[in-house]
Amino acid sequence: MLANVLSYTLNKFISNEKYVLKPRRSVVRRYALIATPLTVLAVWHFITLLELFPVFIIPSPQAVGIKLIAVIQDGRLWLHMGVTLQEVLGGLFLGVSVGMILGYLIAHIPVLEDLLSPIIVAFQATPILAYAPLLVIWFGTGITGKMITGALVVFFPMLMNTIVGIRSVPENLRDLMRVSRASRWQLFAKLELPAAMPVLLTGLKTSATLAVIGAVVGEFVTANAGLGYWVKVARDSYDTPLVFVAVISLTVIALSLYGAVSLLERRLLAWQRRHRLVD
Amino acid sequence: MRVSVRDLQVTYRAPGGLALPALGPISFEVEPEQFVAIVGPSGCGKSSLIRVLAGLQKPSSGSAYLNHQPIQEPSSAVGLMFQDSNLMPWRTVIDNIALPLELAGVSKMERRAQAADLIPQLGLEGFEEAYPGELSGGMAQRVALGRVLIQRPEVLLLDEPFGALDALTREQISLDLLQLWQQSGATAIMVTHDIREAVLLADRVFVFSQRPGKLIADVHITLPRPRHSDDMFNEAFGDFVRQVRAAIDRA
Ligand SMILES: Nc1ncnc2c1ncn2[C@@H]1O[C@H](COP(=O)(O)OP(=O)(O)O)[C@@H](O)[C@H]1O
Ligand SMILES: [Mg+2]
Repeated sequence: MLANVLSYTLNKFISNEKYVLKPRRSVVRRYALIATPLTVLAVWHFITLLELFPVFIIPSPQAVGIKLIAVIQDGRLWLHMGVTLQEVLGGLFLGVSVGMILGYLIAHIPVLEDLLSPIIVAFQATPILAYAPLLVIWFGTGITGKMITGALVVFFPMLMNTIVGIRSVPENLRDLMRVSRASRWQLFAKLELPAAMPVLLTGLKTSATLAVIGAVVGEFVTANAGLGYWVKVARDSYDTPLVFVAVISLTVIALSLYGAVSLLERRLLAWQRRHRLVD
Repeated sequence: MRVSVRDLQVTYRAPGGLALPALGPISFEVEPEQFVAIVGPSGCGKSSLIRVLAGLQKPSSGSAYLNHQPIQEPSSAVGLMFQDSNLMPWRTVIDNIALPLELAGVSKMERRAQAADLIPQLGLEGFEEAYPGELSGGMAQRVALGRVLIQRPEVLLLDEPFGALDALTREQISLDLLQLWQQSGATAIMVTHDIREAVLLADRVFVFSQRPGKLIADVHITLPRPRHSDDMFNEAFGDFVRQVRAAIDRA
């Protein structure tokens, strides 16, 4: 007992943090994180110096940089990025909400799973590219159609993760809530949601990157704005530096979303990083 | 609160559709503020009985009563503690203890104050803001005990609460339970595998038969209260232990 208290206080003291974190990355590993992008850039630069490929196949980093500055200045980058971002966020929100609600219902009503799984699996097995044109016919060429495309891609992993998350809530904890006479809402908010949170956040991470793919697929089918549309237009006019700018902007969106979910995860699952040191 | 059970039977359905009698028929009556320990072979329906008393499960026949009212659903007068501490890993110690009050709509200030009052008696000083992942098995069970006691139950149901702990931890925590129960004035029904623990804590030790569990002995432990760990070296204590063991051997 006393030993426990001592070691607890001691490690609070040593760690100089409110809780014990994983050891920090070593210096070498931290540099490695920066080294890879720099190497890629250097190799890219080197290849263009050798002039192995024509400029419209691989433009130099400088050419892409100049293009980037140009489109920032004339405002086109923000326009297209803004459109795609709207589609991505809208699709993500729609797909995640529907996936979670349906997943929650399926987790509790098994017959719903039997009824819906043929449709859901069929949708999932068909490449989104194949039926994306249909979505454009139904929902128009504007932003809505792309949100729906994104939502459909996002929906499935969110659904599966919600089902797994809710079904993995320990039966003992459900009993505990019952003997404490918890209401249906309390059962959800105080047990099911926090217990399923790690799995839900994993699903959200997958979904965040998939939503970008969904929006771009939608824009490829038909669009008059957005980064995917820009890639197509730039390619058709052999403006390869612009293709690079658009692709890199898409990467930035995807990485930012992924980073945002990771941050959320760090906050919400802080308790997972706290472990017992001594028995 | 008086706990009584009349002609109670619990029968499960085996995978083949066959009926599997797990418990009973069994009848008994526990007086208010009495401490009953239940010992018996595993699979004889002890947990099933506890679940029926907690209102988590309907009996197959017969009934169970709290103060002569049939038990239909979980009651706020009943606290249940399991073998597994069953803590919520995302809640701190103090918030785990305060959970029942939170579910009952008690304000945050009030429930944290009540939980903080229990902390010293549970031996959890300094761990208020720790998470369950940081606790040893014994401390986790102390938190679970606090969570049951905070709702001031009139009936305490304990299903092998210390079954997973090592002997030393187990003895210390059962002595603490003895103390806390004496202050609480609750009726207690505890399932245990440890005969000495049963004799030390209980007013009566129920011995159950093999499945389907029936009451084959009701040993009255007349050792004076309050009891202490020293009592375990008394001759009378040894006699009661032998008496219970003999009943188990007949089971
Ligand atoms: N939900 C259930 N479905 C089917 N059989 C069960 C169920 N719960 C318990 N049993 C069976 O009933 C018997 C009594 O179980 P239990 O009450 O847990 O006994 P104990 O706690 O005394 O070990 C055991 O044989 C067990 O396998
Ligand atoms: Mg049991």
